[in-house]
Amino acid sequence: MAEVEAPKLPSGVRKKLMFVNRKAPHGTIYALEALEVVLISAAFEQEVCLAFLDDGVFQLVKGQNTQAIGTKNFAPTYRALGDYEITRLYVERESLAERGLATADLMPIVHEDPDDADEEKPSIQVVGRAEMATLMAEQDVLLSF
Amino acid sequence: MSTLHTVNKSPFERAALISALGHVRPGDALLMIEDAVVGARKRTAFAAVVEAAAKICALFVLAPDLAARGMAEKDLIEGIKTVDYGGFVDLAAKHRRVQSWL
Repeated sequence: MAEVEAPKLPSGVRKKLMFVNRKAPHGTIYALEALEVVLISAAFEQEVCLAFLDDGVFQLVKGQNTQAIGTKNFAPTYRALGDYEITRLYVERESLAERGLATADLMPIVHEDPDDADEEKPSIQVVGRAEMATLMAEQDVLLSF
Repeated sequence: MSTLHTVNKSPFERAALISALGHVRPGDALLMIEDAVVGARKRTAFAAVVEAAAKICALFVLAPDLAARGMAEKDLIEGIKTVDYGGFVDLAAKHRRVQSWL
């Protein structure tokens, strides 16, 4: 059976993409839309990472239950990102602290590391504001949601 | 490898301007457009943060948006420059990437 090839950008280049998430989930459509585009981008074999800062950190809080507001609870989807080889979720430390949140309040999100016998590794990396700015400056494209 | 940051909401309405100013790096430029031009005014509650950021990177406001809101260069924090639409394009072309702070 012929192997199915992943779609490529016309030039075949691999770019560093960062999805910047700065809004709380559920109140607006931004967080869900970002997640949809992230999953699409995974099919194009780009170097994808996600940044969560300001109210965006609320997207990763554990125990989200949207049953009573009648909307899709997309929070569990973040835990599936590892299966799409999206393994870097940067969370800004100052944004957490400003909102009374700690790393323990976030969902455990892991991925299998193919370079280490498929050992499960944490995908969330908590970084300071200055480091976040540095990470942003290393990207080819920044997509804001 | 610098970045052009754009912001389009007033700092009194959203945290985008203050957050963007907290992530600028030397060599970057930040352009205030639409309601964000309010953030370029002297003596606002956010002026100290804007003035501090002006020491790190270049700050600009879009002149047509400034004029539309009855503001002029005399109302701006020292060091903030105005650009027209062509200047906006020049800034986008000059920097490696554009980050829109929604």
